[in-house]
Amino acid sequence: MARYILRRLIAMPFLVLGIVTLAFLLTTVTKGDPLTAIVSDRQMNDPEAVAAAKARWGLDRSLPERYLIYVGNLLSGDLGTSFITRRPVAQDVLFRLPATLELVIAAMLVGTTIGITLGVLAAYFHNTGIDHLARFFALFGSSIPVFWLGLALLYVFSVKWGILPGPGRIDPRADLPAMVTGFMTIDTLLAGKIRLFFDALWHLILPAFVLGWAVAGTISRLVRANMLEVLDREFILTARAKGAGEFRVVVRHALRNTLVPTLTVIGYSFAYLLTGAILTETVFSWPGMGSYAVDAARGLDMPAIIGVTIVGGVVFLLTNLITDIAYVIANPRVRLG
Amino acid sequence: MTRQPLFAVQDLRVAFARDGEYFEAVRGIGFHVDHGEVLGIVGESGSGKSVGVLAALGLQAKTARVRGSARFQGRELIGMPRHELRQLRGSRIAMIFQDPLSSLNPVMTVGAQIAETILLHNPAVSKKQAMDRAIALLELVAIPQPDRRVAQFPHEFSGGMRQRVMIAMAVANDPDLLIADEPTTALDVTVQAQIMDVLADLQKRLNLGLILITHDLGVLAGHADRVAVVYSGEVVEEAGVDDLFKRPSHPYTRGLIASIPNMLVEKERLFSIDGAPPPLGKLPGGCAFHPRCPQAQAICSETAPVLETFGDHGVACHFGRSA
Ligand SMILES: Nc1ncnc2c1ncn2[C@@H]1O[C@H](COP(=O)(O)OP(=O)(O)OP(=O)(O)O)[C@@H](O)[C@H]1O
Ligand code: SF4
Ligand SMILES: [Mg+2]
Repeated sequence: MARYILRRLIAMPFLVLGIVTLAFLLTTVTKGDPLTAIVSDRQMNDPEAVAAAKARWGLDRSLPERYLIYVGNLLSGDLGTSFITRRPVAQDVLFRLPATLELVIAAMLVGTTIGITLGVLAAYFHNTGIDHLARFFALFGSSIPVFWLGLALLYVFSVKWGILPGPGRIDPRADLPAMVTGFMTIDTLLAGKIRLFFDALWHLILPAFVLGWAVAGTISRLVRANMLEVLDREFILTARAKGAGEFRVVVRHALRNTLVPTLTVIGYSFAYLLTGAILTETVFSWPGMGSYAVDAARGLDMPAIIGVTIVGGVVFLLTNLITDIAYVIANPRVRLG
Repeated sequence: MTRQPLFAVQDLRVAFARDGEYFEAVRGIGFHVDHGEVLGIVGESGSGKSVGVLAALGLQAKTARVRGSARFQGRELIGMPRHELRQLRGSRIAMIFQDPLSSLNPVMTVGAQIAETILLHNPAVSKKQAMDRAIALLELVAIPQPDRRVAQFPHEFSGGMRQRVMIAMAVANDPDLLIADEPTTALDVTVQAQIMDVLADLQKRLNLGLILITHDLGVLAGHADRVAVVYSGEVVEEAGVDDLFKRPSHPYTRGLIASIPNMLVEKERLFSIDGAPPPLGKLPGGCAFHPRCPQAQAICSETAPVLETFGDHGVACHFGRSA
C-alpha cells in the first residue's frame, strides 16, 4: 500500500504541470482580447498607451516565452497579477479558496449525510412509499438548477420567514476575526467569538444545503443500489441468525460493505461540488473561488482565469488522490492483495 | 401430558405473493428434534427445506406469509415478538448455511464476527474476553494457529476453513439447537467428510439437537438418527434412519436412495428420478409427486395422500403400506 501511495505522490507534480499547461493554453484560444480588460476604450486609439500596456503585462512577448516566465514565477508561488483587482492572484486565491472549501466541505457533509440516509432507507424499504419519496427527493435535488433552488430557498427562509440569514458568509457589520485558516467557522472559534461562530454557521446552512442536495441525490441512488445488492447476500442472513438487531444488520453489516463504492462516489462528487460552487457562490454572494472565477471570466482577466483553473485542478487532483487512498484502506482485499 | 420435544414444527406453511396471489412453498410441514438427536431433512432443490426452517426462526423474506406452529422448548416462535426471537437466535438456536464463501461478512475479521455473536448475547463479557473465546472456538473446530487466524478476513480462508468458522460461530453461545442448512453442499468431496466429522463431534460433545438439511440422502446414512423426506413443501416420509433405508415406503424416498452416489456403481448407471419438482404455484392435483411417480395409479392424480404413521414410520402415499 505504501508503494502505491508513493507512486501516486510521485505522479502528482507531472499532473500539476499538465494542468498548468492546459490552463495556459486554454486562455490563448479564447475569443476575447485581454487588452480590452486592461486598456480603457479611449486609450485603445492611442498606440503608445496600448504598447505600454502590452509591455507592462507581457502581452508583447511570444507564447512560449510567456509560458516559461509563467511557470518560472509559479515555482516561487507567483500566479501573476489580476487585471481587475490589481492584486497578486495568489493573494486573492489565498483569501477566497478557504471560503469555497468551507462551503464545499459543508455541502459534502450535508449531501453525504442526507444521501446515505436516504439510500439506506430506500433500499431497506424498497418499493414502498419511503422508497418512492426518497427517489423523488433525489431526482428533485439533482435536476433542479442550483441557482433557482438557491434563490427560491433564500426567498422563503430568509426574506419571507426570516429564520435564516441572507447572502454572505457572516453578518456584514460583524467585527471579523483575524484570518487564520480562512474558514469563518474555525476562525471565529479560534478568536473565541462564539456568537460570530453561530452566525457563520447560520450563513452556511442554506448554500451548503442547496449545493449538497444535488450530490445527495447521486449518493442516495448509488447507496440504494449497493445496499439492495448487499442486503440480499447470505452474510446478512448470518447476521440476523446471530441475533443481531435490524439497525446493526443494516449499518454494521450491510452499509459497511457498501463503504468502498460510497467513498468513491463521495470523492468524485467533489468535482461536481467545485463546479456547482460557482453558481451557489454567485447566488449567495459567497466570496469564494466561484464568484472570483465568474468575475475573472467576465472581465477577461487572464491571470486570474489561469490561476483559478490551476488551483481548481490541483484541488481536484488532491481529492482524487485522497479518494483512491481511502479506497485502498477501506477495502481489505485490495489492501492485502 | 407428554414430554416437550426441544423443537417441534407443526403444519408450518410459508407462502409467497406472486401477482397478488399467495403460493405455498411450504405446505404444512412437520417434524421434531430433541436434545442430542440428529434429524435429517432431505429433498431436492426447491422443495422448501430452507424456506421452512428460516420461517420457523422468523428469518423469512419480507414478502413471505407464515402460518402454523414452531415450538422451541415449549415456546411458540411463530408470531413471537421480534426482540424475543432475537434473544433465541444465535444463543439458544444457531444456524449455519450452505455457502461458506458468502455467509461470512467479507469486511470483518473472523474473530470480530465470532466475538459479535458472543457480545450480542452476553453484555457482561468484555471485547477482550470475547476475542479470547473466539480463539478457543477456532481451536475447537480444529483451525490451526487460531491466535493468528482470528485476526484474518474470510477471503484468507479456504471454503472448508470458512465453514469451520461458521460452525465455531454457531456454537459460540453453547446453543441447544443447531440447524445446518446444506453445510457441505458447496464444498469439495474430501472436505465434506471433514466438516461432517467436526459437526458430528460437536453435536455429541455439546449434546446438541441438530437439524441437518441436505439433498444427499447418503450424507444422512452415517449421521442422522431420524430422517424427514420433503417433497414440494410437504413431508412425504419420516422414519428412523435404519428403518428408512431398510424399508423406504414412499416411491420418492426409494428414488432418492437409488440415486445416492456410490463408488461401486459406474457413473453412467447412476439412477436419478425423472423430471423435476413442480415450480411454485404449478402444483399438480392429487399427489404432488404423481407426474414423476413410477407407481402412480388413477387415484394418485385425484386425491392427495395424507401422512399416516405406522409405529415410528410415517408415509404419505396411497400405497405406502403395501409398496
Ligand atoms: N423470497 C422468495 N420469494 C418467492 N419465492 C421464494 C422465495 N424464497 C424461496 N422461494 C421459493 O420457495 C421454494 C423453496 O425454496 P427453498 O430455498 O426452501 O428450497 P430448498 O429446498 O432449500 O432448495 P435448495 O436445496 O436449493 O436449497 C422455491 O420454489 C423457491 O423458488
Ligand atoms: S400417492 Fe401415488 S403418485 Fe403419490 S407417491 Fe404414492 S404412488 Fe406415487
Ligand atoms: Mg436451501
